Amino acid sequence: MGHRADRPIPAGPAEAVDSAGRVSGPRVSVSPVSIELHRATLANGLRVLLVPDPATPVVGVAVHVDVGFRSEPEGRTGFAHLFEHLMFQGSESLEKLAHFRHVQGSGGVFNGSTHQDYTDYFEVLPAAALERALFLEADRLRAPKLTQENLANQIDVVKEEIRLNVLNRPYGGFPWILLPPVLYDTFPNAHNGYGDFSELEQAGLDDAAAFFDTYYAPGNAQLTVAGPIDVDTTMALVEKHFGDIPARPTPARPSFFEPVPGAERRQAVPDAHAPLPALAMGFRMPDPATDLDGYLAHVLLASVLGDGEAARLQRRLVHADGLVTDVSASAGLMGSLDARDPDTFTVTAVHPAAVEPDKVVGAVDEELEKLAATPPSTDELARQVARWSASLHQENDRVMYRMLGLGARELLYGRAEITLELTDRLAVLTPAQVAAAAGALRGAGRGVLLVEPGAQDTQEDDA
Amino acid sequence: MTAVTTHRTAEEIGRTTAGPRELPPLGETREVPLPDVVERTLPSGLRVLAAHRPGVPMVEVRMRVPFAARTPEHPAVGELLSSTLLTGTASRDRVEIDDELAAVGADLGVSIDPERLSIGGSGLAEGLPRILGVLGDVLTAATHPDTEVARERERLAERIAVARAQPRTIAREALQRKRFGDHPITREMPGADEVAAVTAEQVRALQAASLVPGGAILTLVGDIDPDAAIDEVAGALAGWTADHLAHELEAPPLPEPGDLLLVHRPGSVQSQLRLSGRALRRGDDGYAALQLANLVFGGYFSSRWMENIREDKGYTYGAHSGMEFVPGGSLLGVETDVASDVTAAALLETRYELGRIVAVPPTPAEVEAARAYAIGSLLISLDSQGGLAGMLTSLAADGLDVDWLRAHPGRLSAVTVDEVAAAALEFFAPSTFTGVVVGDADVIGAGVRALGGITGP
Repeated sequence: MGHRADRPIPAGPAEAVDSAGRVSGPRVSVSPVSIELHRATLANGLRVLLVPDPATPVVGVAVHVDVGFRSEPEGRTGFAHLFEHLMFQGSESLEKLAHFRHVQGSGGVFNGSTHQDYTDYFEVLPAAALERALFLEADRLRAPKLTQENLANQIDVVKEEIRLNVLNRPYGGFPWILLPPVLYDTFPNAHNGYGDFSELEQAGLDDAAAFFDTYYAPGNAQLTVAGPIDVDTTMALVEKHFGDIPARPTPARPSFFEPVPGAERRQAVPDAHAPLPALAMGFRMPDPATDLDGYLAHVLLASVLGDGEAARLQRRLVHADGLVTDVSASAGLMGSLDARDPDTFTVTAVHPAAVEPDKVVGAVDEELEKLAATPPSTDELARQVARWSASLHQENDRVMYRMLGLGARELLYGRAEITLELTDRLAVLTPAQVAAAAGALRGAGRGVLLVEPGAQDTQEDDA
Repeated sequence: MTAVTTHRTAEEIGRTTAGPRELPPLGETREVPLPDVVERTLPSGLRVLAAHRPGVPMVEVRMRVPFAARTPEHPAVGELLSSTLLTGTASRDRVEIDDELAAVGADLGVSIDPERLSIGGSGLAEGLPRILGVLGDVLTAATHPDTEVARERERLAERIAVARAQPRTIAREALQRKRFGDHPITREMPGADEVAAVTAEQVRALQAASLVPGGAILTLVGDIDPDAAIDEVAGALAGWTADHLAHELEAPPLPEPGDLLLVHRPGSVQSQLRLSGRALRRGDDGYAALQLANLVFGGYFSSRWMENIREDKGYTYGAHSGMEFVPGGSLLGVETDVASDVTAAALLETRYELGRIVAVPPTPAEVEAARAYAIGSLLISLDSQGGLAGMLTSLAADGLDVDWLRAHPGRLSAVTVDEVAAAALEFFAPSTFTGVVVGDADVIGAGVRALGGITGP
């Protein structure tokens, strides 16, 4: 029940291999992603996506709710995530602990996670437990039991989660908590989604009630079911368990747009646990809802820059110049196609203290400029697309990831098919489009975060 | 809160006119579909396992070579061997190796630990010949170029510094020393000074002496024809031979029960509790009963320990107990991270739950829930090519095969409540544990010492 950094979901062409194991030339290998999608919307507004797969003995049920940490109110940082924890604490038909016990006692696993624009809840179980899983999700979407005692308990648990993942380790919250306030100005985009301890401690039961009534209306949620399911039977079960949740008004979805900064902004933060400095460069990306190909060109650019030993930044920064210990590039703060606009393209690196951060930033800039001036070869792109293709197949091999990826894209963009079409869309991107993405990053303002090893006050409770 | 101006109270939200509803029963259980596994030992002594698991057009590759230390410098040399194995051969450089793999969507990674060297990865199934081509090339003709060794030596020192700043690494190293003294099994990460002294000649010599096929296991699972795939391996790895077997790690002495060692980490805002006792191996009688006893204690979310220290007390984000296999034995681990100011309280509750599972054994309902979870989660973990490949490799190293896996749900089903109680009594008694507590001793020391059974600063 933490933040899950989703791996991006990819797909694509490969090259033919002759009997000697050598390339006989690039060609697009047929890699059909033949997944059936069935949709419905209940009278109360709940959207339903069914994904049958007769080959697996495992079924997955997920609820994606259209609220993430960007929507939490000022003064209540971390509330969306805290509320996610509360949703596991019982509901009208289920005492505290019953949800966990019923899922695991049916042979299943569960989790939930809070992202920028959505929160997901899910379980994966032996197929025999399908109706039970629908019941469990419906009961808490209908009538969660929100109590002061459970709220106090889960504030303590969330504080331990933050100590574990942020405060008591090197590079905690790097870059997903630390970078946004450098790049963004508005509260929704800039604030810490894990939350400040002082604000978590002030969260009250009425905040929880208001948050639920506002955002957890059935019309603001998406149910996804994947596995060896019969479509008609499953739709009837969905109607049986979710159908009588009363409709409520759905909140107007706000725009989180803010202008792209005109220049570079830079900020340094100390990290008492870090043995080496680190830096993150954050850039804005095209809106995937209005310019999907532009967005995907950034996705492919991230691979060209960072994926594999042959990637541009690996070759230049790690090996040729020896500037950094490790470097990576990612299109999307919490994974690709995991948020609405605005989302963040990141380049992160850990480097020795003897290397000035400006040398690292300068080398990244030069590599972007090279790509912008001289587009990558079609072979270089084809290799990266082949890795995306393989990676998409791997995701599809696990009911959990297939379900979560389809559900998130259906909720965020209204088109789960984006996942299935990704291979083909990446494969037809041109070198010029990737070069244009590099040029766009180089030409715009950005945020640069420097993590500096050094003393800081570790008594976080006094904050 | 802007979208609605009025909202229900928390109490109103948790209530409907229809009232609480009944949990639906479970439907029909489907069989666990496990494929046949074809196994062949090549003339070199390499055991190859292959299984047809279609679904996605991919193949998963897992190789495991026994790789125990024969010299004090082995851990440092081995780390560099693993980080430069894919950086050059007689015919390809680092970028060409990566390009070759990427062309078929493949990735390979190399890692070592005190027991073994592992190579793992995956790729499009049609690219298997190419993946095996690269594998054969690096196993027989890796050159560990001087420049690559020099660069990786610098990076490794930096990575070790980062790893040793992680509380979990500090706690793991302290636990290994406490359990095994100076046995080679404790050498999970070399010192930065040891890494700095390694030469490219040493790396090449270690590959020649220790990266050998006799006793190694290679597993392939995916959209493949198993016999054809093994033929492909036999051809691609034909040149990988040696006149001696790979080196198995000698069994370490199993730890004796004793006081927990308090390890000081200044400025820590959390403490790591790491308790350990003895357990059973998969092939032992009673393994299934111990598996269920462990689940009831702390092996899953719905366990007594988790429900106590997280869901009731809020001391932790996570608490987990589980079995760890070592040569010749098996160990129970009981692990959680808690805030400094509740460290003593969490230790007290942990000892209480260890005592309670002995004195108040698991109920039939607790055993049934654990049984369902053990069987169901096994089914889920095997429902992917990667999950199956990892499990088959691990079983093969233990002398077990897919038949053991097929029969395991049956073994779990046959365990009685009394057998679970007996396993709890034998393995969970608080007096049978040793371990470490890592944290800021200035903050937690007085509290945990007052509970007794603690040594250290």
